[in-house]
Amino acid sequence: MQDSDKIINEVTGGDYKYGFVSDIDTETIRKGLSEEVVCAISAKKGEPEWLLEFRLKAYRHWLTLEMPRWAHLTIPPIDYQEIIYYAAPKKREGPKSMDDVDPELLRTFDKLGVPLNERKHLAGMAVDAVVDSVSVKTTRTEELAEKGIIFSSFSEAVLQHPDLVREYLGSVVGYRDNFFAALNSAVFSDGTFAYIPKGVRCPMELGTYFRINAANTGQFERTLIVADDESYVSYLEGCSAPIRDENQLHAAIVEIIAKERAEVKYSTVQNWYPGDKEGKGGIYNFVTKRGLCKGRASKISWTQVETGSAITWKYPSCILAGDDSTGEFYSVAVTNHYQQADTGTKMIHLGKNTKSRIVSKGISAGFSQNSYRGLVKVSPRAEGARNHSQCDSLLLSSTCGAHTFPYADVQNETAIIEHEATTSKISEEQLFYCNQRGISTEEAVGLIVNGYAREVMNKLPMEFAVEAQRLLAVSLEGSVG
Amino acid sequence: MLEIKNIHAAINGKEILKGIDLTVKAGEIHAIMGPNGSGKSTLSSVLVGHPAFEVTGGEILFEGKDLLEKSPEERSLEGIFLSFQYPVEIPGVSMVNFMRTAINEQRKYRELPPMPAAEFLKLMREKRAIVELDNTLASRSVNEGFSGGEKKRNEIFQMAMLEPKLAILDETDSGLDIDALRIVANGVNTLRTADNATIVITHYQRLLDYIKPDAVHILYQGRIVKTAGPELALELEKRGYDWIKAEMGTA
Repeated sequence: MQDSDKIINEVTGGDYKYGFVSDIDTETIRKGLSEEVVCAISAKKGEPEWLLEFRLKAYRHWLTLEMPRWAHLTIPPIDYQEIIYYAAPKKREGPKSMDDVDPELLRTFDKLGVPLNERKHLAGMAVDAVVDSVSVKTTRTEELAEKGIIFSSFSEAVLQHPDLVREYLGSVVGYRDNFFAALNSAVFSDGTFAYIPKGVRCPMELGTYFRINAANTGQFERTLIVADDESYVSYLEGCSAPIRDENQLHAAIVEIIAKERAEVKYSTVQNWYPGDKEGKGGIYNFVTKRGLCKGRASKISWTQVETGSAITWKYPSCILAGDDSTGEFYSVAVTNHYQQADTGTKMIHLGKNTKSRIVSKGISAGFSQNSYRGLVKVSPRAEGARNHSQCDSLLLSSTCGAHTFPYADVQNETAIIEHEATTSKISEEQLFYCNQRGISTEEAVGLIVNGYAREVMNKLPMEFAVEAQRLLAVSLEGSVG
Repeated sequence: MLEIKNIHAAINGKEILKGIDLTVKAGEIHAIMGPNGSGKSTLSSVLVGHPAFEVTGGEILFEGKDLLEKSPEERSLEGIFLSFQYPVEIPGVSMVNFMRTAINEQRKYRELPPMPAAEFLKLMREKRAIVELDNTLASRSVNEGFSGGEKKRNEIFQMAMLEPKLAILDETDSGLDIDALRIVANGVNTLRTADNATIVITHYQRLLDYIKPDAVHILYQGRIVKTAGPELALELEKRGYDWIKAEMGTA
């Protein structure tokens, strides 16, 4: 008889490949959070007055808030005065060319599979590389500028395109939105800004790679994507961090605005350090992501493959304001060992004939807790709204938890809302069948899990799909029980 | 090729096999028959190392090597194939992915590089033709939504792909209509060579009309109680199992 407890104990923990620390000269400000620190961050970036005002308002509001407790998560107390809010690889003097980027940083990104060197660029992709609190390099900006596309670090955009940033910053996720949004709005240090002009189809994938390197720091980045009328962009986001015993906080905001007939695809492969087998260390990933389908017949689509982080709190959402607009959310969330995830989406139907689709695939193993939380809201004037939600859970051990919290708030009787949910477990018989065909249990789990997640994986751009597949298998190595 | 020596096996502490001896040589087909609950499926499960069964005594040699110390996947890679009585469904895993993984695991074991995609697809086309499965097979999930007959044909298809030295057909004929039975039997016969061997576990004679055994064994109450040529199967067909039971003094 196969003893499932024994197998769980054999969990090998799928080695975290990106856990190395780079030896980079880093400049930090002192730890702790205060108005002074907010001002210091703003000053470091040479920001205009209005942005400092925005930060200070956010900070003062944050002081009045308490951390949300409604998620199905056990979050140890976080001492916000013990966190360093700004850490940056030291810059060299002179113009920003390849020669000026620390070679150690270039090696770091080579190792992460995101080469920044012009000669080694990934085919069909432009990358903004963010380390700790700053963007160290944005590739292919000139090529994109020829089409009128702005793709730059957030800090640079504030200086170069202040009107655009000012118009849209906080327009989808206001600083009053929630505790972590307020915190981010006060101390955000960098991130990516993209603007796709009217009628332009972005000729390559845009992406940001986030890397935490310095110890005891938090990463608070902001991404702002504006797709003007009839434009299209596909955006990718990757991330990783060194293996450390203490937890690190990552609290980001992503805002997307899609105007008339514009389409934005946003894909994430989230691979923050998840902590070790005993649940020690790992990233707290507390993120607010929201897209506004502002124009008629616009479309925003979120695809996420979540394998990392000790604790994930994240609900990429769509506000379907424009008539005939579409929101999509495709998610695979994997938790193993002592990881916790509370993730899902909100689809807010405001416009007429708006459509949304939710496909959530949760995979839990070890002693982890994996929750789907979703809201479908149909406002009184959203005639003819349609939603289809599908939430599946796959359990790989008898000690993990899978939970589903779907909410529906329908205020217009013409709405059609469908919800499907399944829970399944990889059976011994399925594994044995694979074994009998010469396929090892590890290999079989990878095969079954990838099959289960296929519907979502198919939504990922090719560049990401292969890596994401491998990641799924690795995160679950030795986790069957 | 296969030597089973005085094998005893139990499930949940209950002894099912009570000392089985069986020798199978290359090129041979052996039929194992017997009434329900006699231990036929337990024997096939023990041969492929199903974890639910505990071997409590005896030994099994496969090509001279101790089989019982090998994991289920090693036994497969060494060339033992089981056509399951109840093939399990694996939703989301396409047959093409499943078979490519299996084939490449086998090649890795033999220190060969993975099979190129074009060659693999050609092989798959050839082999599915043997059991008359159409070209939708590749994209369908393993056994999901397959009819009973399709599941059994899919087992023989996998056997054709993996080219085992020893194939065990566990009641492959159960639930098959006459056409499916003919297709399955034809597949098995096509794959037969002087170097491989087959154990056919069946309840009924009818499969043996198509697959001619060299020897027929009757398994009863965990022991092989009778071994003879193909004529034994015919006799069973005519007289049922009662006379065996009577001979054993338990009817």
